[in-house]
Amino acid sequence: MNKVSVIIKREYVTRVRKKSFIIMTLLAPVFMASMVVLPTLLMLNKDKQFKKIAVVGDGAVVFKNAITNTKDAEYVYLDNVDMNDLKKNFQQAGYYGILYISPEVSTTPNAIQLFSKNQPPIDLLEHIESSLEKEIERQKLLGYNIKDLDDILKSIRTKVSVQTIKIDNSGKATETSTGIAMAVAYVGGFLMYMLVFMFGAQVMRGVIEEKTSRVVEVIVSSVKPVQLMMGKILGIALVGLTQFLIWIFLTAAIVGVVKTTVLKKSSVGEVTQMIPQSVMADNQLQQATGTTSANKPAEVNPQLAEVSKMFDNAMNQDWLLIITSFIFYFITGYLLYASIFAAIGSAVDNETETQQFMLPVTIPIILGLFVAMGTMQNPESSISFWFSMIPLTSPIVMMARIPFGVPYWQIAVSMVIMIITFLAFVWMAAKVYRTGILMYGKKSSWKEIWKWLRYSG
Amino acid sequence: MSLFEARNVSKQFGSFKALDNVSISVPEQCIYGLLGPNGAGKTTLIRIINQITGPDTGELFLNGKKLMPEDVLSIGYLPEERGLYRKMKVGEQALYFAQLKGLSKAEAMRRLKYWFKKLDIVDWWGKKVEELSKGMQQKVQFIITILHEPRLIIFDEPFTGFDPLNANTIKNEILFLRERGATIIFSTHNMGSVEELCDNITLINKAQTILEGSVDEIRRNWAANEYDLVFNGDVKIEGNGQYQILKQESDNGISTIRLKTTVTIGTNEILNNLMKSGTIVSFNPALPSMNEIFIRVVESKN
Repeated sequence: MNKVSVIIKREYVTRVRKKSFIIMTLLAPVFMASMVVLPTLLMLNKDKQFKKIAVVGDGAVVFKNAITNTKDAEYVYLDNVDMNDLKKNFQQAGYYGILYISPEVSTTPNAIQLFSKNQPPIDLLEHIESSLEKEIERQKLLGYNIKDLDDILKSIRTKVSVQTIKIDNSGKATETSTGIAMAVAYVGGFLMYMLVFMFGAQVMRGVIEEKTSRVVEVIVSSVKPVQLMMGKILGIALVGLTQFLIWIFLTAAIVGVVKTTVLKKSSVGEVTQMIPQSVMADNQLQQATGTTSANKPAEVNPQLAEVSKMFDNAMNQDWLLIITSFIFYFITGYLLYASIFAAIGSAVDNETETQQFMLPVTIPIILGLFVAMGTMQNPESSISFWFSMIPLTSPIVMMARIPFGVPYWQIAVSMVIMIITFLAFVWMAAKVYRTGILMYGKKSSWKEIWKWLRYSG
Repeated sequence: MSLFEARNVSKQFGSFKALDNVSISVPEQCIYGLLGPNGAGKTTLIRIINQITGPDTGELFLNGKKLMPEDVLSIGYLPEERGLYRKMKVGEQALYFAQLKGLSKAEAMRRLKYWFKKLDIVDWWGKKVEELSKGMQQKVQFIITILHEPRLIIFDEPFTGFDPLNANTIKNEILFLRERGATIIFSTHNMGSVEELCDNITLINKAQTILEGSVDEIRRNWAANEYDLVFNGDVKIEGNGQYQILKQESDNGISTIRLKTTVTIGTNEILNNLMKSGTIVSFNPALPSMNEIFIRVVESKN
């Protein structure tokens, strides 16, 4: 065993010291964190430029003050202007754009045009559209001569957002978000695919390197081939785990730092606490759920609230389960594939020869990835279930299922199958490896490998 | 007493017979030549000795006891195809292999310092293997092979890649190791070095032993009644009923002649006849080179 640890150490140290490893380890969390943080920042750091918009046209009169000024835009109603003049001069006059409303507005949807130098941001358009829609609606309703119309309108204005809450067997409820679950499923499944494939391929390259450089002959005169194989596989597994844990830690750290600094700074304090309230406030719906009794004034930025809510929902995922199963499936899935890769590496003389063997190995991985994608649409499907049991695909598919909630017995069964399979594969791979590493210049085929499997001693 | 012994070893790969009932017995502190054409089964035998593969049938003994897995620590092996990690530094690599052979890091370090100094490669300690010349790599590999002071050392073509000067250094180191008690199995196609170094040999062809014994004995046995003569002055000799002349030439007042006796006859009788032709400077039995023997034995079996 002592020799295996010497091998593990070498495999680990030579890889961890590589520049490419250090760069990958440090940069990946930046990418991952930016995947989380960038949309947030984008949401917060909208086009802050203040826009003045000229509202003109024969139809504009009717809509005077229908479009409320926002903190980003001011709407100025102009009478009797020459459209052509304005089109030429609006920028000099300090306008961002011209909103032209023709009189047919209530009957023709295309009666409104916004002229501007640059493509206007989407929320500017949304604001205009919804304001005008409401105003048209209101005016049409006015035509029915209903008494106290304004009050009625105010009281019926409703906004709905579905809150998803998972309840476990003990009745404990946690607020969740399907979006977050999907994101976690996606990242988990994809990361699993990437890690297993990346580090499995590293094992294969390592074996080929030792075989082609003939180092293997010296080593197996000191240790058993299976010791060398396991040393390599475990050493690289530790490299993978090191990288994964650093990634988790750094990503969490970066996201944490961004969350506390950026979100807190952005004018509204107490980001985390105000989520439910802000939702409520925005809703004008005075019905409180168990978690949200307080109802603070509604001066919070709804987008910011959304972001914070996202963060909190993310925190509500069962991270302990996700991370421990990830580590379990990474180790076993990796051991499974790495031993296949080691056997392949031992059977060939150079990397180009690996192709005929790679395809049958790649297919289950890719299949797993496809099923994982499908799982996000339909986590309960029987395909997802079966693929999360089949050991060649279960690491990827199970990681995609877990964020949506999987019964513990299913996880347990899948894990047991996984353990049995990887032991069998390691055993078979060791037999192939032992013969393969010392076999040179022989065109290897599946038939040949099958023969090696049955060699003794 | 033989240090290493293989008895009736056979090994088969599928339908291919790599070794067929081969036995060798390597005396202690002997340099033992393992010879044979390519593909004869030498490498398989060496791998079996190193316990890289196991024999199908047959037994192996080290120092009178059955060969055990932990005996790899008492064996050193320099394979024909040299292998080092190209991207790894020389010193780290040497330490790694030493640790795989069971040395502690400190002990390995101490011995490596000695050997690096002895073979004059101290400056290469921190260099990557790929920066080294072939000869340098060979030296590193040589050190790795012997560092754990094995009792049995297997050298497979130890001199390839060395210039004559370094080859001589390595030869002297091998002799020095023997002197200090190591037993050496030496596999090569260079018959010159077999004559120079080996005490005993075994010649394997097509999975079977076809010749074995001490080098001197074998050469004498194959001498086939040939003698080399040197005369002073220009001398010409005619063959007669006792012997025939295979070859004769004169140069700078010295004549060299090779003759072969055709009847059973004592050397003194031949000399009596020959003395009449001129002044004899030397008379030697013409021992065939191992090269000749090799070719003749293998060809006769094919």
